[in-house]
Amino acid sequence: MANRNRDALVVSLVAVLLGFLTGSVIILLTGKNPIAMFSAMIQGASGVIIKTGKFNPRYIGEFVIQALPIILTGLSVGFAFRTGLFNIGAEGQFVVGSLAAAIVALGVKAPPGIHVVLVLLGAMVAGGFWGAIPGYLKAKFNVHEVVVTIMLNYVAFFVNNWAILDVFHSADRVKTAEFPVTALLKDPMLSQLTRGSRLNWGFVPVIIALIVYWFVIEKTTFGYSLRAVGFNKDAARYAGMKVNRNVVLSMTMAGAFAGLAGAIITVGTFNFGRALPMAEGYGFDGIAVALVGGNVAPGIFLSGLLFGMLKAAQPLMQSQGIPKEIAGIIQASIVMFVAMKHGITYILERMRTRKEPPKEAEA
Amino acid sequence: MPHIIEMIDIIKDFPGIRANDRVTLQVEQGSIHALLGENGAGKSTLMSILFGLYQPDSGIIRVRGKEVAIHDPNVANELGIGMVHQHFQLVHNFTVTENIILGIEPRKGLVIDRKSAAARVRKISELYGLNVDPEAIIENISVGMQQRVEILKMLYRDAEILIFDEPTAVLTPQEIHELMHIMRRLVQEGKTVLLITHKLKEIKEVADQCTVLRRGKYIGTVPVAETSEARMAEMMVGREVNFHVQKKPAEPGDVLLRIECLNVRNPKGLLGVKNLSLEVRRGEILGVCGIDGNGQTELVQAITGLTPVESGKILLKGMDIAHVSVKERFSCGLGHIPEDRHKHGLVLDFRLDENLVVHNYNRKPFAQGFVLDFKSIRTNANRLIAEFDVRCGQGPATPTRSMSGGNQQKAIVAREIDLSPEVFIVAQPTRGLDVGAIEYIHTRIIAERDKGKAILLLSLELDEVLDVSDRIAVIYGGEIVGLVNASETDENELGLMMSGSIRKAV
Repeated sequence: MANRNRDALVVSLVAVLLGFLTGSVIILLTGKNPIAMFSAMIQGASGVIIKTGKFNPRYIGEFVIQALPIILTGLSVGFAFRTGLFNIGAEGQFVVGSLAAAIVALGVKAPPGIHVVLVLLGAMVAGGFWGAIPGYLKAKFNVHEVVVTIMLNYVAFFVNNWAILDVFHSADRVKTAEFPVTALLKDPMLSQLTRGSRLNWGFVPVIIALIVYWFVIEKTTFGYSLRAVGFNKDAARYAGMKVNRNVVLSMTMAGAFAGLAGAIITVGTFNFGRALPMAEGYGFDGIAVALVGGNVAPGIFLSGLLFGMLKAAQPLMQSQGIPKEIAGIIQASIVMFVAMKHGITYILERMRTRKEPPKEAEA
Repeated sequence: MPHIIEMIDIIKDFPGIRANDRVTLQVEQGSIHALLGENGAGKSTLMSILFGLYQPDSGIIRVRGKEVAIHDPNVANELGIGMVHQHFQLVHNFTVTENIILGIEPRKGLVIDRKSAAARVRKISELYGLNVDPEAIIENISVGMQQRVEILKMLYRDAEILIFDEPTAVLTPQEIHELMHIMRRLVQEGKTVLLITHKLKEIKEVADQCTVLRRGKYIGTVPVAETSEARMAEMMVGREVNFHVQKKPAEPGDVLLRIECLNVRNPKGLLGVKNLSLEVRRGEILGVCGIDGNGQTELVQAITGLTPVESGKILLKGMDIAHVSVKERFSCGLGHIPEDRHKHGLVLDFRLDENLVVHNYNRKPFAQGFVLDFKSIRTNANRLIAEFDVRCGQGPATPTRSMSGGNQQKAIVAREIDLSPEVFIVAQPTRGLDVGAIEYIHTRIIAERDKGKAILLLSLELDEVLDVSDRIAVIYGGEIVGLVNASETDENELGLMMSGSIRKAV
């Protein structure tokens, strides 16, 4: 297993490198200098402006803001994947979580500290419920979760817009009223600390979520049975594990992670519920994050930061005359190269066997 | 007769292990030459060298008297060496002909000339008595037929030397018999056959010469006709082997497992088990024998809860478990060595130590509350590895997928016997194991019996059933057609019952 984790890490690193290489080549083709892109990225991630040597923490704040939701949706996709399920529905679970967060923020009165926790829990319950639907259909009727989750993304999207536009809207039709301060993760102190960035306390639940994910999957008996089901359903059934129950629970947990991401955007980045003109893509970014992160907590954390950085660097790249779409191209190529992992491991193996004979001594 | 293949003083090192240590193999043209050795003796390495998959570190290879360097399988093909792999390499939704011509399709302009290809396949098939329909789709034909397609593939490519890697592991007794016949036919037509196996009976039946390897070393080459099975076993294992397990007469007690009028559907929706009744008592081993596909799988899966029961009762210590969950059955004292080790027996992507606790991972000492205790999981693995001689490169942390089939099987057997269930369903416990390991596992199963457990043994190996069981039930077409005492029957009688010719009950 340790061996396989190491291989997965190497594959991801190689894919990231190749992704950046592809991006650089495309920038060269457009007649620009790739160095400008890298300096934009360094600036986006570290706050250090290369040209002037000045430091502006606002960039760090914005970078973290970009990484938080996609780490959570990455955990969502990754968790389902460890049980052998492909959760394309993180997007919908995210949207349902956002809506629930808005409802709890507006509809519940509670003291500071408690209110915000209720908002987060509400979003997780809603996201979890949205994830449980495909889980239940899969367990009960063997309906493929990919189909159900994709369709539920649309349902979630339109339910949210209907609720905001027709039920909870304020004077501004596409928004709800502003939430009470008690419901927010926003904090002027954090914002001031980072010179007016949108940084908020959202990183706390994200860190907790990462630890929970790691602990549940790697250390608990529940995680053991989830992994067994993910690797080999028949063997899990043979050993007496409740395969169907695990499928439902796993999708519920996955939905809860994505729902939490919705809450963090709604009461962290914003302070009102929103109708969405189009899908925001956090759920789909989560697929990329989980894939590159190898579905393990530390990997999802790092790849979430990487993709967050790419998002944060986009406006900076544009200001340096480099099309911001390049960041999207890099992201897509990294995912593509990770998907080519068999090819990459094959090449690595070849390089290794040239140095030493193959290990397998089976006879 | 001249030697068609000579491999002389072959040495092959892998990190930490010398897989072949000055091995010599000389094969006469037109003979059947067996290569005998336990799991890990170096047979497959030697054949992989001959087939060009590995390069030897030193040694000489001569084919038809000419020294050759076989640096990849294409060279081997050109030399007329073909290999029938243990795991068939066929496209399941293609026809026999399409599979055979894959890669060397005869063309007529731009289209594949299927007609002449099929005609040639048919001709070869007739010449060697293979009896294969060139138009059949692979997924619709039996495993034995699929193997013949693999053979045809070699013959179509004009192979002169055919290597068979453990060819009988997946076959029924009849199919084995037919395969032996085919091998003889191949030799009659001037081909040379190299047979890799650890089954002495097959060697005795079909081979002319036998080369024995043990732990990578060359032990000797003997003429099969003049060498006893016991002598070959001794050469292979390095000590005397008991073919017949020592056991006391059974002292059966009360009935622990009673099956009444059981009906079970097979995956095709037909009744795989029909109105079947059986009893297994405390302190006895009831063997069930039959030709593969006569309801054994359905019977085992119904008892263990992997397949739903259509009707009938399964009474475990008097309690009907026919419709309770797998977990409940285990906690009622049922144990199960599954016949399919990859599908049911193991989670191949788990580490070995994780696989050894699949039944009790959520119980003390392997879990404290809901948290796994990896230290005791490892300790448990180390104990079972030592006790059952499971060979694994990295100890408890070995990826299960990287272990050899025999050692994977040993790991499953170790895990299940260690649970010491009161009613023990044992299906194909020694599939793919060598005589040394078989002897040990049989001894352990009998020890369980002597502890007062009830054991239901299902095996396709008639010898195993005859040797280990106290009573034998014969299953045919999903029904029990015979029930005899093991000491009062023989292979002939069982064979007749297995084919449905006679019925008998004591």
